[in-house]
Amino acid sequence: MRRYVLFLPLVIFLGIGFFLWRGLSIDPTELPSARLNQPFPAFEKASLTNPEQTLTPDDLKGQVALVNIWATWCPTCKEEHAFLNQLAQQGVTIYGINYKDEPVKAREWLKRYLDPYDKVVLDVDGKLGLDLGVYGAPETYVIDADGVIRYRHVGAVDARVWKDLKAVMEQVSSGEGA
Amino acid sequence: MTRVLQHLVLIGLLWAGAVHATIEAYEFDDKATEERFQSLTAELRCPKCQNNNIADSNSPIASDLRGEVYRLVNDGASDEEVVDFMVTRYGEFVLYRPRVNEMTWVLWYGPFVLLGIGLLVVFLIARSRRRVGSPGVAGSDLAPEERERLEQLLEQDKKQ
Repeated sequence: MRRYVLFLPLVIFLGIGFFLWRGLSIDPTELPSARLNQPFPAFEKASLTNPEQTLTPDDLKGQVALVNIWATWCPTCKEEHAFLNQLAQQGVTIYGINYKDEPVKAREWLKRYLDPYDKVVLDVDGKLGLDLGVYGAPETYVIDADGVIRYRHVGAVDARVWKDLKAVMEQVSSGEGA
Repeated sequence: MTRVLQHLVLIGLLWAGAVHATIEAYEFDDKATEERFQSLTAELRCPKCQNNNIADSNSPIASDLRGEVYRLVNDGASDEEVVDFMVTRYGEFVLYRPRVNEMTWVLWYGPFVLLGIGLLVVFLIARSRRRVGSPGVAGSDLAPEERERLEQLLEQDKKQ
């Protein structure tokens, strides 16, 4: 019995080692969305591309889609923009939320870099972003056909991230089909 | 005279720095509301700059959140309502003082459990020591001739 006690430090060391090793692969800046599996927060905002149109969460319903939070002041948004264009060409529905931006600049941007978005919600005061729990653009959400938030990604969307997003989208749509 | 002037300029410069550092100025109807605002912003964590509270952070999101806290506090929301507002949007993460629930029991009570285990171990060790030591003083289990030899050896050491 006494002898087993000698192994205690080793066991403790392994335990601590395991948790520290786990800690290496956890990104503390990536927060789980508090809005996961909740309906899209209510909003009533103008459309960027069609200023006379008012958009509400109902306008985002109908199919599994991506919702991309972007702004012209955000360098990473520019980085991912080309990739979003590619996705849109592949037939992925992407809605944009223009977050705390100047509409004139935003329209200019879409003209220059092409517009991957089906609809763009104007969130000049950032209230919708706040209700979503956005803490830095760009962010990309996966919503299902009922407008329920299923996934959130913070940071640029690239081929690697798209793999995850695609998997979620497929899972969500197959879940709905069943 | 120039000395005094220099000092004044220096003080002025320092003051300018301090003024520049303050973020937006909020006005409050009464002292109590202001204190609530201060304590709430000091206890809510900035989601972007994770080692700052929203009172200390310069990031745009922290400034937005300060604005929200100000609005809510002025609208007569209770502290709990303000905290709930933040948690529904940003998650439990924004609380510098996490709530007590199943997820945080380990966090809140873990140290006391560890302390308890420590005390138990100390108690058990102390008890087993006493039991081992009780038949007599340490070293007393030497035979008389062994004891004699030990004393001889010790004497030899002293002479050297």
